[in-house]
Amino acid sequence: MRTLTMRDAINEILREEMRRQSELTLLGQDIGAYGGTFGVYRGLYDEFGPERVRDGPLCESATVGFGIGLAISGMRCVVELEFMDFVTVAMDQIVNQAAKLHYFMGGQVTVPLIIRTPIVSRMGMGPQHSQSLEAWFMHVPGLKIAIPSNAYDAKGLLLTALRGKDPVLFIENVKLYGTSCDVPSEEYSIPFGKARTLRGGKDITLVALSGTVPVAMAAAEIAAKSGIEVEVIDPRTLNPFDDEGIAASLRKTGRLIIAHDAYRTCGVAAEISQRMMETAFDYLNAPITRVTGLDVPVPSGALHQGVVPNRENLVTAIESLLN
Amino acid sequence: MNAENTANLSTDALIDLYRRMLLIRIFEEQAIELFAKGFITGTTHPYIGQEAISVGVCAALKKEDQVLATYRGHGAALAKGCSPSSLMAELLTRTTGCCKGRGGSMHLCDVQQGFLGTNAIVAAHIPIAGGVALSNKLRNQPLVTTCFFGDGASCEGEFFETLNMAALWKTPLIFVCENNGYAISVPTSMSQATPDIADRARGFGILSTVVDGNDILAVHQAAIDAVQHARNGQGPVFIECKTVRWERHSAFSAGRYENSEEAQKWKRVDPLPRFKRKLMAAGVSESRLEEQAKQCQTEITSAVDFALKSPSPTSESIYEGIFAE
Repeated sequence: MRTLTMRDAINEILREEMRRQSELTLLGQDIGAYGGTFGVYRGLYDEFGPERVRDGPLCESATVGFGIGLAISGMRCVVELEFMDFVTVAMDQIVNQAAKLHYFMGGQVTVPLIIRTPIVSRMGMGPQHSQSLEAWFMHVPGLKIAIPSNAYDAKGLLLTALRGKDPVLFIENVKLYGTSCDVPSEEYSIPFGKARTLRGGKDITLVALSGTVPVAMAAAEIAAKSGIEVEVIDPRTLNPFDDEGIAASLRKTGRLIIAHDAYRTCGVAAEISQRMMETAFDYLNAPITRVTGLDVPVPSGALHQGVVPNRENLVTAIESLLN
Repeated sequence: MNAENTANLSTDALIDLYRRMLLIRIFEEQAIELFAKGFITGTTHPYIGQEAISVGVCAALKKEDQVLATYRGHGAALAKGCSPSSLMAELLTRTTGCCKGRGGSMHLCDVQQGFLGTNAIVAAHIPIAGGVALSNKLRNQPLVTTCFFGDGASCEGEFFETLNMAALWKTPLIFVCENNGYAISVPTSMSQATPDIADRARGFGILSTVVDGNDILAVHQAAIDAVQHARNGQGPVFIECKTVRWERHSAFSAGRYENSEEAQKWKRVDPLPRFKRKLMAAGVSESRLEEQAKQCQTEITSAVDFALKSPSPTSESIYEGIFAE
């Protein structure tokens, strides 16, 4: 088995599907000859040309709108928003249009639109280029959300999105683009709504998202040295969400920590926590713990390191939960 | 001053334009009445007074050409050929409605007729129309996409973004601005720095024109020219139709312009009697036009009847169709 970085895995599946689907079109800014702000589209422009790898003006809102127009015309489209913070500029098209057209048009149109956008937390790029805003979209019915943490999952989930009929917000992470793992060269897809257990354990369930996943794995490794077995689970998709996958682990361990880089208040952790209380309350041996980003605009420079969870925060949470 | 029949339409075709406008007028009068009686929930945005625009434009289109419009979109839907029965049933949110009763008055759609929907977020459908037009271009299909919107939408960012992108990519998109002078209560004099919205489109290098939106033949001729330009691959076209909003913004809103200057103006420019006078001057008998009126009345009465007799969706169906799969 070969290894691929997450960046190359995404690039590979886009390239393969561009070859298979003659009408698949990519829209965005700096996605052409430049290859994408973070290099995800490298080589695609050379192979598929400016019509299908379409650089456009800096207007996130109309770019997503054009993508919806292509999608409802039956031409699948992938729009890239260069930083997740920029979803704010395209919010109406994502929330009021992409997520709702199929429903309110009585199923007459489908919206096979994929909006790819990277979280850029943990890079010190300041308050307008560092946010993890996935919770906003989990709040909206009608949007599917993938948030993979490794190359294997990214490729398989993106293929599912690229063959599906619904709008998908595909949330990546710049910090993970360079991380590698085994990725088959054969075609495979990963269904939405199935969490992945990255590490088995019987003492604590640790659910982690996106850039927090490697931190959670490192913390579990340290805990193991003290004899604490942490089960690390990556939900991989937020809508649909694998309630049962998390609950099954919780029934075994009786303890749950949820970790993400996003703000604490109304974050995904709050939603997961409530769902688990509704699903598996009787199995809880301790209160559910959140380890999250702080409720503060992410500062530039060195201060940003204290804003998102680190390994020590998680080890502390693990130890506290068992004491 | 009325435009001449420069398109050389036959008498039958001219009468058909009149009939289509009348059908919308009667449909909208019925919708207002049904709202007053409590059969329409939420609200409804009457198109009364603007009939010449959608009828004049859509008469220049093929069935396969696509149209997108606003929440004040019953007229555009009818003009594009959607069935009055399925539209009325949709206004009453019945399962037989064009959107299965999910959309209501502000969300109409009939893909079979090339009517890709009305939208209730001001200007949001403009870039979507741009994408539909781009799909025609990428597929080398000789189809044009028409986007109706109001003066209010012309102040939104997405309007400007789409003007730029459509001009840049030469998409076969026809912008039809229905400038009715008001955004709910704010007159264009308080929202627009220049008198003609078309000037902004010119700034993007888009072929633009201003027409009397209450003169059906003027609108129709402008649309024929625009369609030819766009269909030939020469890029987008902008038509600003100056009109008057006679009814209140929506049935839910306050205010109407009785006894105002607008009311006086309205009586002069109402596109229906205006075109009727023109047809009669051209030799069409009044009885023939009255026959059209009767037929339209019958058609709408039957649509209302169909809607009222149709079932409402069951509460069990509420989660159906959030996703396609």
